[in-house]
Amino acid sequence: MSGKAWVFGDAVNTDVMAPGLYFKSSMEEMAAHCMEALDPAFAKRVKPGDLVVAGESFGVGSAREQAALAFKHHQIAAILAPSFGRIFYRNALNFGVPVLRFPAYAEVQAGDELSVDPIAGSVINHTQNKHYLVDPIPDYLMGMVNAGGLMPWLKQRLAAGEIV
Amino acid sequence: MALTITEKIVRNASGRSDCRPGEIVTCRVDLALLLDSGGPRRIWPRLKELGVGVWDPERIVLCTDHFVPAVDTASAAILKLTREFAAEFGINKFFDMQGIGHLMLAEQGFLQPGMFACGGDSHSTHGGAFGCYISGFGAIEMTGVTVTGEIWVPVPETVRINWEGEFQHGVVAKDIMLKLCRELGMNNGGVVMEYGGSTVRAMDMQERAVLCNMAAELGAETGIVEPDEVTLQALRDAGQQPAADAIEWCSDPDAVYKTRLDFSSAELEPQVAAPHAPSNSGPVGDYRGTKINQAYVGSCVGAKLSDLHMVAEVLRGRKVKPGTRLMVAPASARVMTAAAADGTLAVITQAGGIMLPTGCGACAALGAGILAEDEVCVSTTNRNFKGRMGANSASVYLASPYSVAAASVAGELVDPREMLGSPP
Repeated sequence: MSGKAWVFGDAVNTDVMAPGLYFKSSMEEMAAHCMEALDPAFAKRVKPGDLVVAGESFGVGSAREQAALAFKHHQIAAILAPSFGRIFYRNALNFGVPVLRFPAYAEVQAGDELSVDPIAGSVINHTQNKHYLVDPIPDYLMGMVNAGGLMPWLKQRLAAGEIV
Repeated sequence: MALTITEKIVRNASGRSDCRPGEIVTCRVDLALLLDSGGPRRIWPRLKELGVGVWDPERIVLCTDHFVPAVDTASAAILKLTREFAAEFGINKFFDMQGIGHLMLAEQGFLQPGMFACGGDSHSTHGGAFGCYISGFGAIEMTGVTVTGEIWVPVPETVRINWEGEFQHGVVAKDIMLKLCRELGMNNGGVVMEYGGSTVRAMDMQERAVLCNMAAELGAETGIVEPDEVTLQALRDAGQQPAADAIEWCSDPDAVYKTRLDFSSAELEPQVAAPHAPSNSGPVGDYRGTKINQAYVGSCVGAKLSDLHMVAEVLRGRKVKPGTRLMVAPASARVMTAAAADGTLAVITQAGGIMLPTGCGACAALGAGILAEDEVCVSTTNRNFKGRMGANSASVYLASPYSVAAASVAGELVDPREMLGSPP
């Protein structure tokens, strides 16, 4: 399954992903304003299965998990960037949103058709007919990622009596 | 094997005999800070879904700060739920409208050197001033901590940053951090910033906290300062006894650092970060004459008692320029009380400054003092991203309390040294 690439620059911060003005609102309302300050069309036109491709330190800023949840809400298939904000990266993994370190981000044009296999670490740009290999998610975290995120993982561990 | 203080803390918390930078380890959490923003309102529904309670109510500190005081029914409902959570789970360390959580940990002396702690807010790094490992995490991960008392972290590399010598009058820790944001950038994942040198040793805990707080802006895992007598005295002043081994939590002399950086404090000028990133900074002279609508003194990093003292030092005998508004939101109730008692509030209000309630306030566009379209603000806070303090077209300049107070008097950005009898 492939999706369209939405391309952003360097240092996209959590305040533009989940603006403080909508902090008290529902997740639907918050997601409707995701990336508004950079591209008002994004939240209106993004489709399930689309991908986000961005520059350095994507998700720099605050701990607000709504930043990662906004992309989950829009059913983004994966986020590709050369580096990520520390807490954003962790939040995204915990919600099962694939975040992959992708140094070749600058080769992707807005609207390119991409498909990603986060487990194999493969990115294909169908528009440009290019294939990339990327680092997989660290082994240590695969238990949680395979479970589908932190909540399903906690449920598994509770059921197995691993948490007392 | 020689280790940095951070490596020692992570090794101890992970229970392993050895751990190397780059590895991921699971650590036992000594203390968890939950706030109204990403705390009970996001964690409680998940606890219900899992059918479990909290792992240890005595190791949880809960504070209301982002949504206080309630300004609408939505924020009122969040605060009500937060209070109900404290009652339901027996959270005795619950501080309701007493100040910003990061200050609560410091004022109460809850952080001891060598501890491993987590907070549900990116500026939890603030507490690294006490020689402990404390970093910020999202509410989903704080849910995991609340249930298990554990969290995974990469064993970080350490960058040692030494500042030597004395500041010029009017230059402070905030100026260090705005300069470091420019020089090191905001993308320092996987490393801890360890601050030292004679300048840092001479700082009180409030100024050391600025260095650690804004390690978040550097994108670091956290910031840390090795403990010394200043640290221990701060704990005693907070009514806590320093742990017997507190002073021993230090980096070994031959510890391995990723890099060592040395700076001279005497040469540092007041710094300003222009819109829309803390890294977009330069000496205040580069921005001289920039007209402002609002000067804001607030947040965990910029409204401690020492910050209010800097503001009052500039404002004494001066007036806020007509057409410019100065707003001051003390970072805790204790700061407000102390500033009232020592005359600081009188100086600020007689100069025309407006006092706002204690809390996170306008820093993240949640409380009083947010900006309209195209307005310009200079602020003692730590972030100036687009839309951070209100309208997307507003501009926020970050600066020290000295510089913000000076700008409120001039109606534009100026060098605060000119008002402190120490012209550059």
